[in-house]
Amino acid sequence: MFLALRDLRFARGRFALMGAVVALIAVLGVLLSGLASGLADAGISGLRALPVTHMAFDEKATSEQFSRSAVEQEDWEAWSGAPGVERAEPFGNTLVNAQVTQGREKGEQVNLAVFGMASDSSLAPSPDDGKGLEDGGGGIVITQEIADLGVRVGDELTADKSEVRLKVVGLVDDTVSYGHIGVAYADLDTWRHLHYGLPGELPEAALRQATAVALTLEDGADVTAVEKATGTRADDKETTYGASPGYTAESSTMALIKGFLYAISALVVGAFFTVWTVQRKPEIALLKALGAPTRYILRDALAQVVAVLVVATAAGTAVGLALGSAMIGKAPFSLSAPAIATSAGLLIGLGTVGAAVAVRRITAVDPLTALGATR
Amino acid sequence: MTTPSTDHRATPDATGSDGLRLHEVSLTLGDGDTAVIALDHVGLTVAPGEFVAVVGPSGSGKSSLLAVAGGLQRPTSGTVRVAGAELTALSDKERTAARRRHIGFVFQQSNLLASLTVREQLLLPLHIDGRLDAAARTRADALIEAVGLAHRAGSRPHQLSGGERQRAGLARALMTSPAVLLVDEPTSALDRERSAEAVRLIAEQTRRHGTATVMVTHDTAIMDAADRVHEMVDGRLS
Repeated sequence: MFLALRDLRFARGRFALMGAVVALIAVLGVLLSGLASGLADAGISGLRALPVTHMAFDEKATSEQFSRSAVEQEDWEAWSGAPGVERAEPFGNTLVNAQVTQGREKGEQVNLAVFGMASDSSLAPSPDDGKGLEDGGGGIVITQEIADLGVRVGDELTADKSEVRLKVVGLVDDTVSYGHIGVAYADLDTWRHLHYGLPGELPEAALRQATAVALTLEDGADVTAVEKATGTRADDKETTYGASPGYTAESSTMALIKGFLYAISALVVGAFFTVWTVQRKPEIALLKALGAPTRYILRDALAQVVAVLVVATAAGTAVGLALGSAMIGKAPFSLSAPAIATSAGLLIGLGTVGAAVAVRRITAVDPLTALGATR
Repeated sequence: MTTPSTDHRATPDATGSDGLRLHEVSLTLGDGDTAVIALDHVGLTVAPGEFVAVVGPSGSGKSSLLAVAGGLQRPTSGTVRVAGAELTALSDKERTAARRRHIGFVFQQSNLLASLTVREQLLLPLHIDGRLDAAARTRADALIEAVGLAHRAGSRPHQLSGGERQRAGLARALMTSPAVLLVDEPTSALDRERSAEAVRLIAEQTRRHGTATVMVTHDTAIMDAADRVHEMVDGRLS
């Protein structure tokens, strides 16, 4: 870095401009990562929090499974007895609109993503406040996002249209959402009342249904036989995220924007170092004439590239983190260290690739040109 | 050379160094109808401590002579020996190393690196060769002193006059104690008085460091300082 460092100092104006571009892209990278994890949290944190490895859906439901799938009691019983299955429990999923009918925020509209489960199942929540679910009790356990609207333990909500009454019995003080809506846990029968929009007595058929079978499978378990027998399909947990409304579209949009950002950054860095290298051609010829091996010059140039990228990315990431922390709570935004490290790493890595293509020109410079024009 | 000399002498080394020797060197540039004979069976021997000037009009092949003698270009035929080693028999990599260790170039208009101070210009060749140590720093300071740039050691090229740049370039060329010093049109950017001064300095350093020095120039007024003068016409050396 004998020459690289001195060039950085000497041409600091140009490198600062270049570094500012990379730093701004790094800021954007952090904000996009934060937004992507925030959106992911809002979309699927409810599913992520479930202690399952797979979900079995009606095999005919190939998209938006959580709204289209229905499974029956025979199915989860068959799954329960199948080899390689540690646990199989019915799981219900429904989005409902409700109104606060008793409580401080009386009249307030509340959207709920209702997860239904047996009160003694492994899926049932352990509330931080109030008590847990009770089969047939008509109670729900709400999560932080609903509590943020002013709903408290002891309040009563009434579902629109069906007029099903819901007593808030407990609170989980994590932000747990599904499809950008706060999750409320309900026992299976209460969930069925909401799902079918039926207050009062449930018909026999409804009592035997759920949306999916929540599964905990052993590693590498082969479940094709039971899938076939029940007409269901087991998707692993990550795959079920795609069944959450909007999740796939959101995450692929974010991935697309990030991809373009990295590509633009690599191109900008590549373009800068192309111009820089072309400008340096006489000096490179001189170095070669002085007996510098091409490897020496390349190493020097690449060290310069990496130094600029690392400093600029670090500065941009720091600014991004500061801005991002201010956004938490105001937007679907969460900072995850691995996502930010990946974003910074990609920025540095792809920038280096872009610049490496540019500085490769060094190999083609002929030391003879150092002798000047009089030849 | 089969083993690089570790003796960074101020006088010719003991490995049978015989300065610079060109034997029957020809160089054809281009091919077919556009081929140009840049060097035509050139023979030239320069002993350590000897200062040879080569004059000729532009296009006569003077720069080609330097390119071939300095290992920047492979001649079409003939042999070039530097410090006892046959440059023409070396691989590209070995030639690069030979340039680094045994050949000093003083380029037209000195060719300094914009971001380096005078002192750093001198240290660079040794950094390239991986032997930038305290001795190198001492040597750099001594050379800067010898070419009269002590007050300019911390200046960058854009702060120097043409003559100062030329002197910095000469000092840089001498840093590695080269066996051969090749000087390309040292006075092209200088006025008459400074030209004479620059050439006197080259002659003086040639004797002090025992380099086999070849200076090419089209300036016939500055040849008094040379031990010998050759004339180059159409690739032939008289």
